[in-house]
Amino acid sequence: MDLSVIVIAVVITALVFDFTNGFHDTANAMATSIATGALQPRVAVVIAAVLNLVGAFLSVAVAKTISSGLVDDTEITPVVIFGGLVGAILWNLLTWLLGLPSSSSHALFGGLIGATWVAAGADAITFAGVVSKVLLPLVLSPIVAGLVALAATYLAYRITARGEEGTVRQGFTIAQIISASMVALAHGTNDAQKTMGIITLTLITAGSLPENAGPPLWVIATCGIAIALGTALGGWRIIQTLGRKISDIQSPQGFAAETTSAAVILTSAHLGFALSTTQVCTGSIFGASAGRRLASVQWGVAGRMALAWLFTLPAAAAVGAIASWVAATGTLGTVIVAVVGVAIAVGIYAASRRQPVTASNVNDVEAEPVPAGV
Amino acid sequence: MSIAWGSLLVVLVVSLGASVLVVSLVAFALVGLGARTAGPDTRPATMSPATGTAVAVVCLVGAAAIVLYGLSVMIIK
Repeated sequence: MDLSVIVIAVVITALVFDFTNGFHDTANAMATSIATGALQPRVAVVIAAVLNLVGAFLSVAVAKTISSGLVDDTEITPVVIFGGLVGAILWNLLTWLLGLPSSSSHALFGGLIGATWVAAGADAITFAGVVSKVLLPLVLSPIVAGLVALAATYLAYRITARGEEGTVRQGFTIAQIISASMVALAHGTNDAQKTMGIITLTLITAGSLPENAGPPLWVIATCGIAIALGTALGGWRIIQTLGRKISDIQSPQGFAAETTSAAVILTSAHLGFALSTTQVCTGSIFGASAGRRLASVQWGVAGRMALAWLFTLPAAAAVGAIASWVAATGTLGTVIVAVVGVAIAVGIYAASRRQPVTASNVNDVEAEPVPAGV
Repeated sequence: MSIAWGSLLVVLVVSLGASVLVVSLVAFALVGLGARTAGPDTRPATMSPATGTAVAVVCLVGAAAIVLYGLSVMIIK
């Protein structure tokens, strides 16, 4: 196969993945601010987009391995990366259609695992790494964030119980905007890096960049712009789920949830313990909801999310495997995968238009009412 | 398979400490600010306006310092 064709395909697909990563994860930072009315929906996503773009430029500590030790890196070729990206993109789109927050990183890992399995066999998969870097964080991220957010929310309500109501409400609204902005910035620094790493390593593999080269400016800029554009589009379905379907969130809860998310994401990133941004933010929102009143939490929504998280890796792996297998046949195979991928994406978009969720109706969900005084 | 349980515990303790501290500082600051605006129709203030202002300033400066440290962690990373 002409190497330049697959390299171009990987670069474009990586930017599309970055774009889906952006709109899939807008909810992480802004769902609670939109739900509480601290920010107008359109304003919230634009702020998140700008901060994601800024975040992309803040750090270029690009991951040296795409797979994070989950597969044998020597077996990763541009075709494998292409297949993995296709699997991750389609899983991101499907979960967006269902309004379920799921980890884009885990989808990417799943796609790469499936594609590598087809290309190099099961021996190239590090199953211990799958347990310690995917399954364990999947369980621990929401628990850690949930417990912290629960404690923070409980304290927020206890401390301000005798405060002047108007000042407290207004103060928490402003604080919530600041904490949500921190999460958006952290998201930009973390998630844009992944795509930068993929493109940079692909260019190194193709001989377009020297060994150990950092990402060129055009890679940093396009990755930042792609994730910002995706964020600006607003993944309204997921925003609606996290902001309105878990509980009737108030600004102290939103502030506690976003502060917790920022603290957990920054601490874990600083200590090299990779926790999923999406799972941390989701756990924080559940914890903050339970911190005001346990019974106000819609645990059925949590069950659906947990199911989606469990299926992320195998589902993306299956699609990644098929995409990689077809793309490995040559340029025609790559084109076929691209065309089928675009067709499925268009189909998912068309299905979403049957019950559109937009900036104008994102808050039109009746959450379970919480009795006054709690 | 090696799981960094120590790092995980540190993540839990540090993020718990930072979150609880920031949220508590902001909450105390709001209670302090509320003392400045408490009127006859509201609950009796828990502190005088001057004390409330001082508490609010100290708490907000503390919270801002933690947030700025978080930003520096992000940028220096």
